[in-house]
Amino acid sequence: MKFLSDLISGISLGSVYAIIALGYTMVYGIAKMLNFAHGDVIMIGGYVSYCAMFYLGFPVWAAVLLAMLVCTVLGIVIEGLAYKPLRSAPSLAVLITAIGVSYFLQNSALLIWKADTKVYPSIVDGSLKLGQLTIPYVTLLTVAACVVIMIGLSIFTSKSKMGKAMRACSEDKGAAQLMGINVNRTISATFAIGSALAAIAGVLLCSSYYTLNPTTGSMPGIKAFTAAVFGGIGSIPGAFLGGILLGVIESIAKAYVPNLANAVVFAVLIVVLLVKPSGLLGKVVREKV
Amino acid sequence: MAIEKKKGLKKAALSDLITYLGVTAVFVIMSLLQSRGMLSRSLSGQLVPICCYVVMAVSLNLTVGVLGELSLGHAGFMSVGAFSGIIAAMCLQGHIASNPVLLLVAMVVGAFFAAIVGLLVGLPVLRLRGDYLAIVTLAFGEIIKDLINCLLVGYDSRGLHFAFNFNGKQNVDSLNLAEDGIAIIKGAQGAAGTTKLATFTAGFILVILALVVVLNLMRSRSGRAIMALRDNRIAAESVGINVTKYKLMAFVTSAALAGAAGALFGLNYSSLQATKFNFDTSILVLVFVVLGGLGNMRGSIIAATVLTILPEALREFADYRMLVYAIVLILVMLATNSPRLKAMLNRAFSPIKRLFAGKGAEKEAAQ
Amino acid sequence: MKRIVSVVLAAMLLVCCLSACSSAPASTSNDSSAAPFKIGGIGPLTGDAAIYGQSVMNGAKIAVEEINAKGGVQLQFQEEDDVADGEKGVNAYNTLMDWGMQVLAGPVTTGSAIAVSTEAYNDRVFAITPSASSVDVIDGKDNMFQVCFTDPNQGVGAADYISTNMAGSKVAVIYRNDDAYSQGIRDTFVAEAAAKGLEVVYEGPFTKDTSTDFSVQLNGAQAAGADVIFLPIYYQPASVILNQANVMGYAPTFFGVDGMDGILTMKGFDTSLAEGVMLLTPFSADAADSRTQAFVKTYTERYGETPNQFAADGYDVIYTIAAALEAAGCTPDMSAADICEAMIKVMPTISVDGLTGQGMTWSASGEVSKAPMAVVIRDGVYVTP
Repeated sequence: MKFLSDLISGISLGSVYAIIALGYTMVYGIAKMLNFAHGDVIMIGGYVSYCAMFYLGFPVWAAVLLAMLVCTVLGIVIEGLAYKPLRSAPSLAVLITAIGVSYFLQNSALLIWKADTKVYPSIVDGSLKLGQLTIPYVTLLTVAACVVIMIGLSIFTSKSKMGKAMRACSEDKGAAQLMGINVNRTISATFAIGSALAAIAGVLLCSSYYTLNPTTGSMPGIKAFTAAVFGGIGSIPGAFLGGILLGVIESIAKAYVPNLANAVVFAVLIVVLLVKPSGLLGKVVREKV
Repeated sequence: MAIEKKKGLKKAALSDLITYLGVTAVFVIMSLLQSRGMLSRSLSGQLVPICCYVVMAVSLNLTVGVLGELSLGHAGFMSVGAFSGIIAAMCLQGHIASNPVLLLVAMVVGAFFAAIVGLLVGLPVLRLRGDYLAIVTLAFGEIIKDLINCLLVGYDSRGLHFAFNFNGKQNVDSLNLAEDGIAIIKGAQGAAGTTKLATFTAGFILVILALVVVLNLMRSRSGRAIMALRDNRIAAESVGINVTKYKLMAFVTSAALAGAAGALFGLNYSSLQATKFNFDTSILVLVFVVLGGLGNMRGSIIAATVLTILPEALREFADYRMLVYAIVLILVMLATNSPRLKAMLNRAFSPIKRLFAGKGAEKEAAQ
Repeated sequence: MKRIVSVVLAAMLLVCCLSACSSAPASTSNDSSAAPFKIGGIGPLTGDAAIYGQSVMNGAKIAVEEINAKGGVQLQFQEEDDVADGEKGVNAYNTLMDWGMQVLAGPVTTGSAIAVSTEAYNDRVFAITPSASSVDVIDGKDNMFQVCFTDPNQGVGAADYISTNMAGSKVAVIYRNDDAYSQGIRDTFVAEAAAKGLEVVYEGPFTKDTSTDFSVQLNGAQAAGADVIFLPIYYQPASVILNQANVMGYAPTFFGVDGMDGILTMKGFDTSLAEGVMLLTPFSADAADSRTQAFVKTYTERYGETPNQFAADGYDVIYTIAAALEAAGCTPDMSAADICEAMIKVMPTISVDGLTGQGMTWSASGEVSKAPMAVVIRDGVYVTP
């Protein structure tokens, strides 16, 4: 019984990780950069929706839409100002810039919204009772949102014109450009989508765990990044699988080796990567000699 | 061809010499200023940590710049070095009277244990590539942090006592220390009451040592093999370079230096917790390396120094301090890496550059 | 290009050094006339723990203004950020020493406080921390004092209270095992519980890295049949625990320590969830006495939020310093070391009425003596049970 409850806790946590990891993996797959500021965009999404609900009295759906809008614009602005000029720079330079953006967002939030933790209202109250098990509705919503987004993204990247352009950029930027694809615009669009996803992730993260402060996004951000690598970075189903598995492992580890829960998560990650060096569902890139 | 190579070597040797002289000059000037009391306390208090971060940056540059593998867990080695160094220093306190010798022993112990951990981590990690390797170093860094967080160490007349608080039910009492015993590391509370042994002179010696090790390695046959692996692994392998051996050589050297820096750092503060060496600290050091230039040791030294002082110098901005730091970081990265900005800066700076052509080099040498 | 960069960096370094050097002489010149005492404050103003540092500094600034308005001892207060880190704490301390600090009010967090206390001990600067509660902070340092309870004090107090008033209950402990404060209280609580025959049926530690979700710990406590959950943690994670327990439909008695104070005034917190929560706290924002009410009013007007226990600690620290300065007959032209010796002598003799305790007195070792007050939350306010 307890094991089942822990499993549900794990799936709940994992689905939050998965939704963040989807954003990470999208951006990584196309722009080939680790966007360390992703976690902080999530936090901004949380704050915007919080303010919309609390101070402007918006209904939940409108608050989520507003958060998505603000985050999309923010994502495009960040990309245009900080990442676009570095398109031809080494990937490490972009990584450090992303870290700079992450500091910037965190400290801006600290100045705007102050340091005190806000209690985020759950967007759906109550829980489903199955015998002795209780499953909060917000968990069901997160899992559902996660699956819908994953399927949506898969269809988008495989069927739509823009999605195909993204895949082309991901394969070979130079060739894509020669085929008449506007690489810059495609990457901007990727950031826009990634940031909109971050807003949704922000709302779901905060309403699952009720809490919001300027560093809310950073730890889940790192965990989600780990999850994305776990599943094979760049792979959309991989991010989903990695996220859920990471959440479940973390919860089970918390129940049985509480003091080393985090270490167990990372140890499993290491073992998996040693056995499958490009993650669970990652593409194995053959080296050309 | 042979002449050209010789010239290249000479140039490298000259560049190294400038680096050594620069570091020595700064050390002499700072020591003089400090002994005359002309240095603000804020700056003189940062001298030792700056030395530690410089060594961290130089050693990480060996992994990232020379070996070409992104490591996100360098703080883990610093942590191992810091805590093993503290244990060594606290245990031997009664047996070694001279503080410098005690510090030296602690740093050697720190480097030794960090090297062992580096070997254990390096063996599996270096089989991976690119971002997967990066995430595994991150994972090891976090694991080391969590393990040290559960560590209990005490010392009494009967010797050293260890306990590992993996179930959360143990504390200092489970060490069963004798009356005269001292608890050195107390789990989450970390090390408290450490004697402050670190000095600026020791820091300077460590920096020079790190430079000698890294620069000589880079200029040696092994160093060229390591760089060949970075530039084209397959080509290097095909001419018979042993991948594992050279990768491990760079990685373990890097870990050992980080361990020595950690020991120095740990013995500069009376209290230290495992959580200090988290992901953020690893990233901080990585920022030094990237900003200073991959494979460029002098750049690492300057970047580590500037970026350690910068947040302190920005204290006047009060609440806006870290915001300004973030903006400076982004702008510097853009200015150094964006082709368009680079061209703009070049144009703007060209008259000044011509004017200062001589002076610029001097200033560089002074660092 | 690389050259330009390194020249720019070198130039920045030079500017940094110069600015650091040039600020030094300004601070050493001290005019002896009616200059105020220079009090320095150290605490986290940014980062994860920013809320505690900011609250302390806000409370301290109100106290400084009140004291200055009264005439008598005049104070000048300067705050510095340490991001709750020992290294940055020592940096902040050195910056304050450059400024000419005579008495230190801080640091706010334990790790930083231990590192800074050694420096202050060697320099002979009097220091009193508002909230760093570990024994290591004051241990062996005659110039270090505390305004808050020590960790053992709280752990023992909580175990005694539970074993006396809720005899026979099964206790679960959820604590943060990478935090000195939380782990310290847990250790003494468990030891005292064993001595008092209190049954601890479950322990659920978490770390900063795993502090997103607490449902596993709550599942564990519920499965073990705990009817009291002891939470030696701060109020932010506690609010998540209360919310998650509510969703699970699990309703044990929650028992907190001083870190729990502030939960009722969190923005958006449903206070009905805290109904029946017990805690040991020295401060209550809805206390009826006029002094607390005046403080809460000023604080709310100025900073737009209700003060928590940390703000009250910050306020009390400044009043304690002022009282000791007055009792010791210090004058602002005295050196920090002279002030330190004089204050060490009077600290065990003075008694201060503060927001966090009436008639607070100190032992020579630096520990404060005040009674922890057990309160229970009813209808969103503290009441004495």
